[in-house]
Amino acid sequence: MSEPDVVAAVLWTGVTLYAVFGGADFGAGFWDLLAGGAERGAGPRALADRSLTPVWEANHVWLIFVLVVAWTGFPRAFAAVTSTLFVPLLLAALGIVLRGAGFAFRKATRPLAARRLFGALFASSSVLVPFFLGAAVGAVASGRVPAHGAGDRLTSWLNPTSAVIGALFVFAGAYLAAIFLVADARREGDAEMVRYFRARAIGAAALTGALAAGGLVALHADARSVFEGLVHEGLPLVIFSALCGAGALALLLAGAPRGARPLAVGAVAAVIWGWGVAQYPYLLPSSLTVRAGAAPGATLDALLAVFGAAVAVVVPSLVLLYTLHQRARLEGEES
Amino acid sequence: MGFTLGFHIVLASMGIAFPAIALIANWIGLRRGDPVALELARRWSKVMAVLFAVGAVTGTVLSFEMGLLWPGLMGRYGEVFGISFAIEALFFFTEAIFIAIYIYGWRRLSPWAHFASGLPIVVSGLGGALSVVSANSWMNQPGGFDVDAAGRVVAVHPVDVVFNGAAAYEIPHMVLGAYMVVGFLVASVYAVGMLRGRRDRHHRLGLAIPLSVTALATPIQIFVGDTAARSIAHDQPVKFAAIEYVQRTTTHAPEYLGGALVGGKVRGALKIPDLDSYLVGFSAGQRVKGLDTAKPADRPPAPTMLHLAFDAMVGLAFALLALGAWWAVAWRRRRAPPEGRWFLRAVAVSGVAAVAALECGWIVTEVGRQPWVVYQRLRTADAVTAASGIWWSLAGVLILYLALGIATGLVLRALARRWRDGDSDDAEVPYGPTAPEVAAP
Repeated sequence: MSEPDVVAAVLWTGVTLYAVFGGADFGAGFWDLLAGGAERGAGPRALADRSLTPVWEANHVWLIFVLVVAWTGFPRAFAAVTSTLFVPLLLAALGIVLRGAGFAFRKATRPLAARRLFGALFASSSVLVPFFLGAAVGAVASGRVPAHGAGDRLTSWLNPTSAVIGALFVFAGAYLAAIFLVADARREGDAEMVRYFRARAIGAAALTGALAAGGLVALHADARSVFEGLVHEGLPLVIFSALCGAGALALLLAGAPRGARPLAVGAVAAVIWGWGVAQYPYLLPSSLTVRAGAAPGATLDALLAVFGAAVAVVVPSLVLLYTLHQRARLEGEES
Repeated sequence: MGFTLGFHIVLASMGIAFPAIALIANWIGLRRGDPVALELARRWSKVMAVLFAVGAVTGTVLSFEMGLLWPGLMGRYGEVFGISFAIEALFFFTEAIFIAIYIYGWRRLSPWAHFASGLPIVVSGLGGALSVVSANSWMNQPGGFDVDAAGRVVAVHPVDVVFNGAAAYEIPHMVLGAYMVVGFLVASVYAVGMLRGRRDRHHRLGLAIPLSVTALATPIQIFVGDTAARSIAHDQPVKFAAIEYVQRTTTHAPEYLGGALVGGKVRGALKIPDLDSYLVGFSAGQRVKGLDTAKPADRPPAPTMLHLAFDAMVGLAFALLALGAWWAVAWRRRRAPPEGRWFLRAVAVSGVAAVAALECGWIVTEVGRQPWVVYQRLRTADAVTAASGIWWSLAGVLILYLALGIATGLVLRALARRWRDGDSDDAEVPYGPTAPEVAAP
């Protein structure tokens, strides 16, 4: 494996972590949006809120990590992506502002009307952001972002592949979130919430699976080379993802959701890596390869050193945070 | 972009300096068993949480904008100065995690363990400032890379990128600026409270802690700023010439205070002979390079705005220095803070003044570098996106950020009002534990 490949793998690790943690975070907002009126939706909202609060920031730092590694390690690809996909990325950025601000302000305000407004901002942008990010991913995967950056600013992301992948991102997040929330509700011993989110996890699982299959069909019609990659080099990952997804669904249906979390995470992560493997060696199919798009060696060395430091510093602190969070939850919320 | 950065710089200052000030209160509270100081630390940490959340969001948007607005810059030099951002991402991550632990830990960790969980926030705030400002100073003094004949980057020397020529003065200047802004802003809140008659120990301490920090930071800042200006005269002479209205290279350059540059003539300024040469080289015979050393196309636009921004920044700094001195003298004489109405009024406006000085300084460094985005390497016009509708999106961003600013202000005010009404705890904040749920949408 050459150094550019290693950095690409680091980038992909960041994408995967963001897809899992950030995706679940967006998904919690998705359920917030669907929870119904202030009265009826109070229970699920409170649970989602308690699960998110201490970790929501950390979940989203992965996005910054991905952006920074992308522009430092693969600057030409980054510039091409941001030039061609100006519109969806701008809309995603807008959604991120509204979402973060909505979430932070809702916590700190008390009047119901204001909480409604901020909550609506938070929840609706929780759906829009992953959609636009997914549409951007669809544009890259279907080869609509050329290396010179002058791709079509509208049709690059307004096409069937982008639409399917955008929807896939939204529902995959909702699926992950529902499964995490089932586990959280179980820990709190809240049987009603376990039922509530279990039903939603099953529904989202079915939809996500269907969309993933739809994505394959869309790629087949639209981006033949990536499709070929998925059914050849990427095939083991695709099968692994399908097995994990089916396994998680079976556990949910059987009412034994204990192992569903790792399986669901595995299903999502395998799709991300399947995508990466399928378009390898291209960074931007099929105009820029990983090797051609990479920064000079010394920059990659520095990036890998920073990544090593991040693993050494951030991982223990994250573990500390998640442990404190989980332990506090076990002790209950009394103060 | 400029506007969002100008907005973010205030929030970033909060992230850099607020934790330190809250921790000082926390330390005093623990050391002396002082419940008032602890209560201050607790409230400040909650304000910090709201501001950090908004700052994180605007920071994320900035990283999007880097690519969306400046594909030419990132495509060409991302591999060079991106390194600084990679380091910053690491610090930011650490800061986010420990802010969550600190705020979550008020009741769940032992007091000193909780205090210790705040220290990484301070360190990573400093580290984050170091790396981001290093990226900015790299744009002023690009170094640490080799290009081939076509101008493409072929080799990068990461250490030279991060510790570029301008980093040595830009970084301390920004960090001290952040401490001043936060110190004066926090102090001004309590000064307003005291002017309204709330002269309890809570308000006195809330005034004393941040003011002491700024009284220390301001004189150092003026020294650093002076050094920075001298370095700019040497490294970026055209920027310096625009700031100081030096039109032709000359010895015995005069210093102009105020005034506008109209049709090549300085009007309405207070002119002090030879002072500019003295400031640059400690002698009236010092040659100062003028605007004429650069082609008109390579000179910064709007020298009048640059000059006035610079004067405003320096003027405000000296006014704030005087305020700090007033505070220090009174403290030495009476072992008690001055509480006269005029002193409190001065403190009450000092927060706004410090923010204004910060923004002026930012204008000086950014506009002064124009027409270059990377000094003498890449023109701003060549780096900006070609996307149509850029003006519409800028207008949209402007409105959005105004709304964000207003909402932040309103939320913090509502928090303060609730605290005043005796609702001592638990205003909910992001990261904080959840109180029994109020039905929410």
